[in-house]
Amino acid sequence: MKNKSLISINDFTPEEHIRILDLAEDFERRPTQRILEEFVVATLFFEPSTRTRLSFESAASRLGARLIGFSEPASTSLQKGESLRDTIRTISNYSDLIVMRHPREGSARFASEISPVPIINAGDGANQHPTQTLLDLYSIRKTQGKLDNLEIAFIGDLKYGRTVHSLVMAFCNYNTTFHLVSPEALKLPSSVKMHIKEKNLTYHQYTDLQEVVPKADIIYMTRIQKERFSDPIDYEKVKNSYVLKRQMLEGAKSTMKILHPLPRVNEIAIDVDANPMAYYFTQALNGVFVRQALLASILGVVA
Amino acid sequence: MAKKEIRKELKVSAIENGSVIDHIPSQSVFQVIRILNLTEYPNQLLLATNLESQKMGKKGIIKVSNKFFVPQEINKIALVAPSATLIVIRDFNVTEKKQVKVPAQVEKIVKCFNPNCITNNEEMETHFTVIDKKELKLRCKYCEKITAKDNMTFI
Repeated sequence: MKNKSLISINDFTPEEHIRILDLAEDFERRPTQRILEEFVVATLFFEPSTRTRLSFESAASRLGARLIGFSEPASTSLQKGESLRDTIRTISNYSDLIVMRHPREGSARFASEISPVPIINAGDGANQHPTQTLLDLYSIRKTQGKLDNLEIAFIGDLKYGRTVHSLVMAFCNYNTTFHLVSPEALKLPSSVKMHIKEKNLTYHQYTDLQEVVPKADIIYMTRIQKERFSDPIDYEKVKNSYVLKRQMLEGAKSTMKILHPLPRVNEIAIDVDANPMAYYFTQALNGVFVRQALLASILGVVA
Repeated sequence: MAKKEIRKELKVSAIENGSVIDHIPSQSVFQVIRILNLTEYPNQLLLATNLESQKMGKKGIIKVSNKFFVPQEINKIALVAPSATLIVIRDFNVTEKKQVKVPAQVEKIVKCFNPNCITNNEEMETHFTVIDKKELKLRCKYCEKITAKDNMTFI
């Protein structure tokens, strides 16, 4: 994986995904190792994202790398109208690896063509966010002890949620049964279902969240955004049907875990947080280990 | 049979040197002219639509004097009129005749339909993988969205 950019989850093979998860386990056991002292990592956030940026910066800092970058484009030459091409060409001279988030879809792929140093995509518009997918895989393997033969329920906005699309695609390699719960208007797009069908896997669609609770090994919650509905009345009708509350968990498998890419608004009631099934904050912590594994293997420090 | 062929050809007079695009769906003739920028073409340009065709019921044909299409242009024709035949004429003789083919990769000629795609916001070339040649679906190498026949525009 040395010098390989990570733009889309499928840029890495399933074997490489597993290798990253294994390495992340090592970093979880020993998170502070000064193995990247000679490297400079650039974090270019053309669009603000506190959580992802801090997670990358924490990962790099714990490994001793030095960091440069910006957290919003307002303070940079972009404000003066500099092209992405020129920004990447310049900053790649100053760093050994670039982590970038950008509001345009395809920006990270384009950057990887311009840049002589590898790029990690930390989100390009509504397109891809592969490090989120890897940390989700890590969290699921850690809590279930395996990736194969799981029953995974995805809840909420399955149409626009990019984390859902990438994770569904990644799980198509693991004989998964998919339970898809969403309002009629926000169902998983057929382009993503196509991947499930190609692997001859099964998916079931629901509009009632309660129905899937006893079946699931993992409940993956996402937020339903008001702006996705053209008619505000439609939003009002569904907004409370996709909220997970503590009493709904009664029939769940004891090993079931609840994941959420965060930030949460109201789709998981606060009283769920104390339940041992709630895993979303640990999931966010796992992001640091997975990003350490990516930085170390792409910079060629571990093989 | 041979006689009938000759009579049909006479509906659009022959050219001495150049290219003939035959078997264009009638409704696509003007689109082919547009995407090849032939509206400004300074030499002889002959065209016909709604000609009888055994193969396709009705067809259109375009004859362009002193013009020999490059692969980029042939790819454009294939995307608009996949049924088209391209004929090269030299000294009134057919020197080459081939069916156009939808390419596996489409570079530079199609615009990505996604307004938020980086290709529509940065000075750069587009690049698509053809994922369905029949229905004509192109996946953008950058934003990964599908541009289909219905929302395809040319650069």
